[in-house]
Amino acid sequence: MDDKQDRNSQVEGGIVLTEQQKRAQRSRSVAIALALAALVILFFIMTLVKGPAVLVRPI
Amino acid sequence: MSLISEGANSGGARLIQPTGYEPGLYEPSNAEVGDYIALLKPRVMSLVVFTALVGLAVAPGTIHPVEAFTALLCIAVGAGASGALNMWFDADIDALMTRTQRRPVPSGRVRPGEALAFGLTLSVFAVAVLGLMVNVLSAALLAFTIFFYAVIYTMWLKRSTPQNIVIGGAAGAFPPMIGWAAVTGTVSLESLLLFAIIFFWTPPHFWALAIYKKSDYGRAGVPMLPNVAGDAHTRLQILLYTLVLVPLGVAPWALGYTSALYGVVAMATGLGMILLAIQVYREVSPADRACRHLFAFSILYLFLLYAVLLVDRGWGGLIARVAA
Repeated sequence: MDDKQDRNSQVEGGIVLTEQQKRAQRSRSVAIALALAALVILFFIMTLVKGPAVLVRPI
Repeated sequence: MSLISEGANSGGARLIQPTGYEPGLYEPSNAEVGDYIALLKPRVMSLVVFTALVGLAVAPGTIHPVEAFTALLCIAVGAGASGALNMWFDADIDALMTRTQRRPVPSGRVRPGEALAFGLTLSVFAVAVLGLMVNVLSAALLAFTIFFYAVIYTMWLKRSTPQNIVIGGAAGAFPPMIGWAAVTGTVSLESLLLFAIIFFWTPPHFWALAIYKKSDYGRAGVPMLPNVAGDAHTRLQILLYTLVLVPLGVAPWALGYTSALYGVVAMATGLGMILLAIQVYREVSPADRACRHLFAFSILYLFLLYAVLLVDRGWGGLIARVAA
């Protein structure tokens, strides 16, 4: 967030993050992105492994 | 009167918010990725993954390596989710115990709501993915394990009865059974035996810790057996449970499920457990040293039993299945 956005946030009643909070937020976002990417890859590989059987779900 | 007021939170962020609201609700999170990983209790998770791997490897039948990996991943995430829910609920007593006061929630690095949301999200994902990708029985067992640990043990038993870790120990005993169910889609006598070994291992293991951490549990008001019934009674219980545990440890060999290698290791390490439990029983005061020895050896005991089982029953079969 740059200075202009910081000022806008103050005027609009928002929250201005500290540098530490921005870093923590960024690292959390990267971790979520990596976890989602890993899930996509896992689902794709599992679909290849199971083939059409991926839709067969006997209970 | 102004509708806007300024303040600063503990992390130093400048807050501009409507008056009359709880400031905590608007404070940005300071939680790092490492704090969320700590919520998963990685050391407990590693033991869960290991025992689940053994259950999966020794089970008869076949499973594709990717499915096996997915099952272990889901079991690990489910165990981690239980840990996060436990830390959310127990933050008040964790703050009072030296062993737990540096955990993310009591130390203020992660807010309780964040831990709760994290635990619930991971629980749903782990159970859903296991059910959709592996089988329904293993997913149902995982869901029950999370429920048992988070609700039955953490919310109910832990604060209400000195038998908390006896009954609650079931949560830690389920992973090998889930691994077994992931391969076979069933629960059998062998998987119940894997369950029973961990179930009867838990009381001597935790009560040894509870004796030398008695003041911690007392400060937090957790009714562990040494705090409620005294050291002497706890030492007797440790010995009795160990005497039940050791034959159970030998049972897979006695019932013909394993080779003599497992039988020899189970008997030798079981003898070590009994000797240490006798030391704990006989050492009147202080029992700390003997308890520390038993606590440490009990971890080695369980690891060795499962490791030999993995080599003896599982490893060859697992390699053959992957090769096939």
